[in-house]
Amino acid sequence: MIRLPDPKPDVMARRPQIIAGLARLLPADALITEETRMKPYETDGLPAYRQMPLAVALPRTTEEVAAVLRYCHENGVRVIPRGAGTSLSGGALPLADAVVVGLMRMNRILDVNYDDRFAVVQAGVTNIGITKAVEADGFFYAPDPSSQLACMIGGNVMMNSGGAHCLKYGVTANNLLGVKFVTIEGEVIDIGGTHVDAAGYDWLGLITGSEGQLGMVTEVTVRILRSPEGARAMLAAFDSIPVAGAAVDAIIGSGIIPVALEFMDRPCIHACEAFAHAGYPLDAEAMLIIEVEGSLAEQDALLARIRDICAKFNPISMKLAESAEQSLAIWKGRKGAFGAVGRISPDYLCMDGTIPTGELAHVLTRITELSQQYGLGVANVFHAGDGNLHPLIMFDANDPESFARAEQFGADILRLCVEVGGCLTGEHGVGIEKRDLMPVQFTPGELRLQRNIKSAFDPAWLLNPAKVFPLEDNPVLAA
Amino acid sequence: MQTNFTALQLQDADTAEANRILRSCVHCGMCTATCPTFVELGDELDSPRGRIYLIKDMLENGRAATELEARHVDRCLSCLSCMTTCPSGVNYMHLVDHARRHIEETYQRPLPERVLRGALAFLLPYPRRFRAALKLAGIGRAMRGLIPGQSMTAQRLRAMLDLAPEALPAAQPVHGVHAAQGPRRGRVALLAGCAQQVLDPEINAATIRLLTRMGIEVVVPPEAGCCGALTHHMGRHHAAMEAARANIQAWSKLELDAVVINASGCGTTVKDYGFMFREEPEAADAARISAIAMDITEVLAKFDYAPTRAAPGLTVAYHSACSLQHGQKITALPKQLLQRAGFTVKEPLEGHLCCGSAGTYNIMQPEIAGRLRARKLDNIRRTRADIIAAGNIGCLTQLAGDAMPTVHTVALLDWMAGGPAPAALQGHTASASSG
Repeated sequence: MIRLPDPKPDVMARRPQIIAGLARLLPADALITEETRMKPYETDGLPAYRQMPLAVALPRTTEEVAAVLRYCHENGVRVIPRGAGTSLSGGALPLADAVVVGLMRMNRILDVNYDDRFAVVQAGVTNIGITKAVEADGFFYAPDPSSQLACMIGGNVMMNSGGAHCLKYGVTANNLLGVKFVTIEGEVIDIGGTHVDAAGYDWLGLITGSEGQLGMVTEVTVRILRSPEGARAMLAAFDSIPVAGAAVDAIIGSGIIPVALEFMDRPCIHACEAFAHAGYPLDAEAMLIIEVEGSLAEQDALLARIRDICAKFNPISMKLAESAEQSLAIWKGRKGAFGAVGRISPDYLCMDGTIPTGELAHVLTRITELSQQYGLGVANVFHAGDGNLHPLIMFDANDPESFARAEQFGADILRLCVEVGGCLTGEHGVGIEKRDLMPVQFTPGELRLQRNIKSAFDPAWLLNPAKVFPLEDNPVLAA
Repeated sequence: MQTNFTALQLQDADTAEANRILRSCVHCGMCTATCPTFVELGDELDSPRGRIYLIKDMLENGRAATELEARHVDRCLSCLSCMTTCPSGVNYMHLVDHARRHIEETYQRPLPERVLRGALAFLLPYPRRFRAALKLAGIGRAMRGLIPGQSMTAQRLRAMLDLAPEALPAAQPVHGVHAAQGPRRGRVALLAGCAQQVLDPEINAATIRLLTRMGIEVVVPPEAGCCGALTHHMGRHHAAMEAARANIQAWSKLELDAVVINASGCGTTVKDYGFMFREEPEAADAARISAIAMDITEVLAKFDYAPTRAAPGLTVAYHSACSLQHGQKITALPKQLLQRAGFTVKEPLEGHLCCGSAGTYNIMQPEIAGRLRARKLDNIRRTRADIIAAGNIGCLTQLAGDAMPTVHTVALLDWMAGGPAPAALQGHTASASSG
């Protein structure tokens, strides 16, 4: 089990004064302090880890966020930023002496500019909310995490979220133009703008993916793109996982960049089909969802080439989506995959390693072997084109021993990813979950450099301090 | 998700069921996005995931409910949008039903609320009492302005008066056997319902006209009454079970192809009788009734509804009642039937969000219900349709009073198959005046 830093005794002792102080800064309904009402905030999308916070603040404006951060800075109180609470790495896990600052009420679209193709939105707007706001005019926001229905753009920025369609369009960092950034001192800074490449250091690059450790983001300016003329998905079914992995490598190796190239193994295919009724091949060991877009002629040409490549790997079947409804169902199954695994196992840990696509067949074989070794089932669903794996390790949370084995199994998979030249996290962030594996990826010197960057923004380590960096040899947290 | 029930707690069938439901939740948070109260209030306590967590804590600790649990569970519309969204198949409906009962049995609400809830449970399920109360409301309306203050009770009383219709339509008795015209193709029992037959008796009349014209005999046994949904959603378990039991007994005596329901809120409950009675002596009968329970649109599709009039040239904004789309997963069918009948059908944006009606919700939670109504009407207006159609009396009442007339889907379908033009359309459309 992951260790959390000891609560600061002075902060715990001053809880009534801190609550009174925050109450002066916020409307009555924006501060939650009763234990029963704070309960839902004790965890996020990784419910294996839980910790009740000191208080929960739900501000509605940048000014309120700044006031809360300024107060916490002046009073040495830790802060846990929170969006929709869908983090799979425990990014929003509270600390006993910390105030959770949730941005879900900041959910307004502030400006849409079609001439220069950008949208300015508050941090609590859902990912899909941006696309919904512009799709009637023929635009969309490209990064599409599977939780896009619920997850919020502020959290996407902090975790540098990806998604199925990032193979073609890039992740959050590639679609971000600017942010309104609140420092722990409560200073509000506009970073970037409404165009690409802001002046000076790449501050935006630094803040994107900083996991709530450098400051909070309250407004986000994103690039919106013209919707494609059309898109079509095809399913290719194979009788072995490594063969499907090899087919992925062959498609990417041919120079084709499909808009999405997703992989599912047998357990996932069955769980998702039960949810989405998309016509997935239930006889397959592995399935690829391959989507192309463009004019009909472009789609036909690309799909023909992809079919030829897949044909060389003896597919069991290949099927084209015949209607928009069928395409929607195919994606509904894929986007609901993590939750759908809840149908076949009470609990799961979702891994998020990234590997070179040439290693797919090898790594997937090793994961199957590890699954047998640990005696725990695993369901694989992931962004194959990016080599971004999401093995879902199935366990029973009511059995502590099974959870411990699941954690070890997960750690082994991530070590394997690093070993073959990949990394610990593709898009979910390090959070609490992968924190203690950071030394597998980085040397002590590299970790020190990264910690120094955090210290420059937040010398007292008040912002989301227990995440990303191992607690050991951390001079600030140890003090 | 991990749970912490003792072996003793799990011996209780309802707790065991709650545990099974909680374990199927993986806490992914997808449900929050499509929950109307989370969208409006922005607090996880007012989202399905937050409520599931609150309920879990309350049940695990075997704790009596407090004002907090009551407040946040009461704010749930039971629209079941979360169940459509949930990839893990969490049965939120059974969990929240269980929690409502637990709250009702272990928490004493403030006196004005107890009186109001008691009055609603005494009046609404009984057409005669409800009719008499509505006549009084006509007098009460004149005194609406005299209700002082902004207390919850004052708001609720005003909401109740606002929902009461200005003129009450004449009662239309429906009990008995309505013979099929021509060769008999089927035999069904119709749930005559409670509040609906008082507020809009034409819905049952149109249903009977249309079905008998299609060769289906319609039986309405006088022993059957309210489906029990109203008290069920108040956590009044015994009252709900009694109402349901009377229906199960009445319908089980008959040879039926289907039990037809034309108020989808009731349909969701009748389809759940099998579960509600799983531990009761009537389990087998209840399961059989649930298995043959059908929304009116399902029956019409099964017996090949066909229009006889020429297309009216009207555009319908189809409002998908939550109990139909989320509770019964009936989404395309009503639209297809309306199209077959010759209407142009438009779907408002945010169709998955509740209109705020939700049984007695618009009385008990007037502020949130009002916000949802405004949001829904705004989306409906954007369709520029001529008529709002829906398959549930609650929604029709909630959305009435705006510029667009509200009509039950079956009334439109009956009209196009030879029935009279719905009264609500008089003066609104040329084709209705001439038809």
